[in-house]
Parts: sequence; structure tokens; C-alpha cells
Amino acid sequence: MKMDKNKIGKLLTASAVPMLFLLICLFAIPLSQFSGSYLLNNIVTRLIRNSFLVLALLLPVMAGMGINFGMVLGAMAGQIGLIFVTDWGVPGAPGLILAAIIATPIAMLLGYFGGRVLNRAKGREMITSMMLGLFISGIYQFFLLYVCGSIVPFKTPGMLLSRGYGVRNALTLNVAKGFDKLLLIRIGGVNIPVGTFMIIGLICVFTVWFKKTKMGQDMRAVGQDMHVASTAGIAMEKTRIQSIMISTVLACYGQIIYLQNIGTLNTYNGADQAALFAAAALLVGGATVSKATIPNAIIGTALFHLMFLVMPMAGKYITGQAMLGEYFRMFVSYGVVTLALVLHSWKRQKDKEMDRSQFRIAVANPPDK
Amino acid sequence: MAEVNKFIKNFGWPRIIIGGFLLTLFIVAPIFGVRIDTSLNDVIVRFGMSAIMVLSMVPMIQSGCGLNFGIPVGLVAGMLGAVTSIEFGFTGMAGILVAFLVGILAAAVFGFLYGQLLNRVKGDEMIIATYVGYSFVFFMNMMWLILPFKNPTSVQGFKGEGLRVTISIQDYWFHKISDFLALPISSSFIFPTGMLLFFCFMAFLVWAFFKTKTGTAMTAVGSNPDYARAAGININKMRTISVILSTMIAAIGIIVYQQSFGFVQMYNSPLAFVFPSVAAVLLGGASVNKASIANVIIGTLLFQGILTMTPSVINSAINIDVSEIIRIIVSNGMIVYALTRKAR
Repeated sequence: MKMDKNKIGKLLTASAVPMLFLLICLFAIPLSQFSGSYLLNNIVTRLIRNSFLVLALLLPVMAGMGINFGMVLGAMAGQIGLIFVTDWGVPGAPGLILAAIIATPIAMLLGYFGGRVLNRAKGREMITSMMLGLFISGIYQFFLLYVCGSIVPFKTPGMLLSRGYGVRNALTLNVAKGFDKLLLIRIGGVNIPVGTFMIIGLICVFTVWFKKTKMGQDMRAVGQDMHVASTAGIAMEKTRIQSIMISTVLACYGQIIYLQNIGTLNTYNGADQAALFAAAALLVGGATVSKATIPNAIIGTALFHLMFLVMPMAGKYITGQAMLGEYFRMFVSYGVVTLALVLHSWKRQKDKEMDRSQFRIAVANPPDK
Repeated sequence: MAEVNKFIKNFGWPRIIIGGFLLTLFIVAPIFGVRIDTSLNDVIVRFGMSAIMVLSMVPMIQSGCGLNFGIPVGLVAGMLGAVTSIEFGFTGMAGILVAFLVGILAAAVFGFLYGQLLNRVKGDEMIIATYVGYSFVFFMNMMWLILPFKNPTSVQGFKGEGLRVTISIQDYWFHKISDFLALPISSSFIFPTGMLLFFCFMAFLVWAFFKTKTGTAMTAVGSNPDYARAAGININKMRTISVILSTMIAAIGIIVYQQSFGFVQMYNSPLAFVFPSVAAVLLGGASVNKASIANVIIGTLLFQGILTMTPSVINSAINIDVSEIIRIIVSNGMIVYALTRKAR
């Protein structure tokens, strides 16, 4: 009976954040005056767009490296792939697959680099990965603004800035909806692109399978305790690099799926917020910095984007100012990441203090032999 | 040779490369028709504008709280001081002093709460500080819309409520510190004596603070927490004081920036100062847990030098504006470099 109580308590604490968000949404939905089918349609769209990106964050969490804010590296690789495919004029799903093929080696390279950098910054992976994303973003911009069109030839002049080199700020993708159109079915006014959902399903299966492989087990061991894993003969640094590499490549595919649904590419600042929204969605789903599951990712994406959708309108109808709702949802997205990071870190510190005090008691009163 | 190696090791490669680059820019500037006195003027003015914000990094780094990515908390306090001063119509020096006073008071409150939070997340301060800064800015964005400001200079004209994105301080306290004892050296080089003197004053205060008993204890907490605890220092108290100090200095820093710039920028503007300020102190040779006044001065000079010189010189030389990208790569690259170095 006691065990059950503990279990229920655990379940409650684990689902406290999603519950809170569900409440906020339930409160805001009637205020926003959106119709049910509109909301449902939008949630499906958002799930397609974002859940792959969110799923890309799972492996580094497992390897004990926290939220991989460096996933923007992968997102940028994906965008480079898409830009080239758009230039070559390959439409539809083949174009997307080609983009993924071009982007994969770039993402792997960036992921390897990211992993190496993070190995030098153990204990502060999250801030380092975030700064790394901003740093690589500078190089990405340099590549697209000055190298593309001058050193790297472009076939389509319409994609370049009027000065003759450099990619334009916004591109319309001719691969738009490539995956979405594959198996599109309509149920009661709600469009369900089965093709994209199958790809997302595939990645879930991959994640589940991967956890059971040798590499996945190593990753979990490293995530539990780096030093113990290291003494047990696991190549700790290599495992960490692998987790970041896989995460980066998945983020690259995620960004391709995201953009094919949107249909236009915001060349220079499209990737910046990918990590923030993915991280926020994952944490809203009840994940922590050290534990994240597939349900966390999917539920989180749905809830977070539901909030994102209804908040500005709700804010507008309550206060008469649309900007207020806009700021509120930005505040909530950053706030939820802050809250999750604080709670995790606080708990870890408390555990450490508990260990220390127990050690002290053990030293003061040695057990009788 | 050994001496040279030692010098390089002490001074650090990043500083040598950036310093050399900056020197080259100054040497080639006249060839491309860029006036040296204008450039010097820009570098010095921008140094004065941002040096105090960079200085605000020092207390937190010294007490072991890491780089203050949460500097927006202090900047928002300064903005609050500035708009309050404008709201009550204070002009001239009085306006700045009221802005300082309100800013410092707000910073004390914000800094205390921020410090309490950081004490609970030891080891993860930096990432949490970044997100605290962002969330706080968006929270205050809502406040800027709601708070009952009335002065027509600062509220949005068509609605009469909610603060403007940029508020002109032309009629209030524009250039009041900059122009104090300013020396016109040539037509385009006016030496902002007041601003530099004020920076020296602030730097002296920080330097003097670290010579006091509390300051020494704070350094001890940063260099070796276990030793500090054994010596009977209250670690959490020292850290809170350092965070409050950092926040207060940042609040003063943004007001000095605004009086020189001529506008109070509201809403998302604090976010633009985060990474440049952190990068500047690192460029000056600070590490994640050691920083000095010299680091602040060298770093700000180098960083602002690069920022002002690259657009003018490189644009005239090759007609390409790469300055923005150089800024991104240098500042963020510098931060990544510092984070990947072994602590201590």
C-alpha cells in the first residue's frame, strides 16, 4: 500500500508541469474564441512540424549531457541542404530526400565538432552547446552571405541578393509539403498527413531500438555516472560524441521536415529559435534535464504549441492588446525552460547535501562490527 | 625565446590575434581614406559607453557565480530608473542621479532575488542565468505595456499608454556625463572626459571593494569554496552580495550608455548586450572564475575597437560589410573558447 502511494506521488510530480499547462490551455481556449476544428487542425500541423525536432533532443539527455541547445547546428545543416535542392529545382519528396543526403555529412561533421567541444566543457554542456550554436550561426551566415553565389555557383539568379552573391533572406521552397502530400487523408475537416507521421513514427521506433543496442546502453551508463562508466571500460568521450552526432543529424532531418511543412525558409534567423522551442516543448511534456521519454516529447509538443496558438488571441481579448499575449507566450517559453533547469539543478544540489550529511552521520557513528 | 613564449602564454593567443588585427586596421585605415581621429573618437566613446556594463561581470566571476549571462536583470533595473526619472521630469545631472538612484534600488531588489535563485543552482549558474535574463526581459516587456507611465515623451503617442520602443532623452539628460569637461581635440574627435572619469570612479570602487574584508572573502569563495567554508565564510551570503553588486553596476552601466546614446531603448534591447559584454571581459583575459579591472579595460578596448574599425575600414577596402559577421564570430567564439578551457 505504501509503495502505491509513493508511485502515485511520483506520477503526480512527473506530470505536474504538463498538468499545469493543460490547465492554462483549458483556461485560455474559450477566451481565444477559436473553433475546435481549427485548433485540432493546427495541433496536427504543429505536431508534424515540431515533434521530430523535439525527438532529436532525447539522446543527449540520455547520455547525461542535458538539453542539446547545439541542435541548431543540425538545423543549419538541414537548411543548407534545402537551399541547394531549391537551387537545383528538385521538387517534392525526392528533393527532400536529396536535401537530407546533402545535409547528413555536414550535420555529422558539425556534430562531431560539437561533441569534441562539449567533451572539453564537462559539467557545463548546456551553456557551451548554446554558445556553440550562436558561434556556428556566424560561420553559417558568412557561408551563405559571401561564399554562396561567388565561390559556390548558383543556377537560379532569383535566389541571390540583388548584388549578385549571397542567398536572399526568404526563400520559397519548391519542395514544400513534399512529405505531407505523400499520404494525405482528411477526417472530418482535419488534414492528416500520414506520410509525415510515418516518418515521425519511424524515428520513435529507432529511438526505442537504439536504447537497447550496445551503444544505447553505453550512453545510458555514461549518463548515469561518467566515471563509473569510464572505469567499466566504456569509451566515455567517444560515446558522448556519438550521442551529439546522432542528435545533430536528427535535428537536421527535423528541420527539413519542419520547413517542408512551412514552405518558406527564413534563411538567416530561421534556425536560431529551433532549440528554444524544442527544449521548451520537451520540458512542458514533463521531461527533466536528466530524463526524457518519447511520450514527454509528443505530449509536450502538442501542449506547448496549443498554448502558443491560443495565448496571443486570449491575451488580446482579455486586455485589448495583442502584444501582451505575444510577450506572454515568449515569457512562458523561456520561463518553462528556466523553471525546469532550476528545479533539476536544485534537486541535484539537495541530493548532494543529503549524501554529505549521511556520510557525516556514518563517520560520526561507525556501525558496530 | 623562452621570454617570448612566456609573454605569449601570459597574454594569451586570442588577445594577440585580435590586438594585432586591430593594430593592422588602424595602420591601413588612412590608406582607405578613413580618418584616424574619427576612428579614435568612436572607439573611445564606445569604450566609455559599454565599459561599465563589462565591469559588472567582475564581482560575479570573482565570487564563483560564473559569467553573468543574466546581465539583462541589471539592465532592466537601469531602464526602470531611466524611465522613472523621465516620468517625473528631472533634467540635467539631477535626472541622471535620480535614474541612478531608482536603478540601484531596483537592482538591489532584483539582484537579491536573482542571487537567491543562483545560490540554489550551483554549478549550473550560466545556462540558468541566460534563461533567467531572457524570461525576465519578456516579463518586463509586459510590465512596460501595463505600468502607468504618463509622460508623453515616453508613452506611445497614438494610444497614450505603454512605453515606446525608443524614448528620446534629448530634453532630459542627453550627454550630461559625456560632456562633463569634454575636450574637443579636433573637429571630429571630442574626448568624453566625464564618461571616462566616471568609469575610472566605478572601476576604483570595485577595485577598492575587493580590498575590503568582504571583497577578499568573496574572492576566496570564488577561488576555493571548500577553503572558504572551512575559514568560516558564509558562501551563500557572499555570492548574493556579488550578484547584487553585479546587478547594480549593470544598472548604472546602461544609464551611462543611454545618456551617451541619446535614447532609452526599451523592450528586447537588453538582450543585445548579453553576449558582447561577456565576450569583452573574456577577450580581456578573464576566465570563467577570475577577472580583474585590467581584463575589463583591455577587453572592452579590443572588442569595441574591432566593432568600430571593421565596418569603416573593411567596407572602404573591399566594399563588403562583414562587420556584423565578424562581431558574431569573435564574440561567440571567444565565449566558447573560454568555456572549454579547464577551470583553474
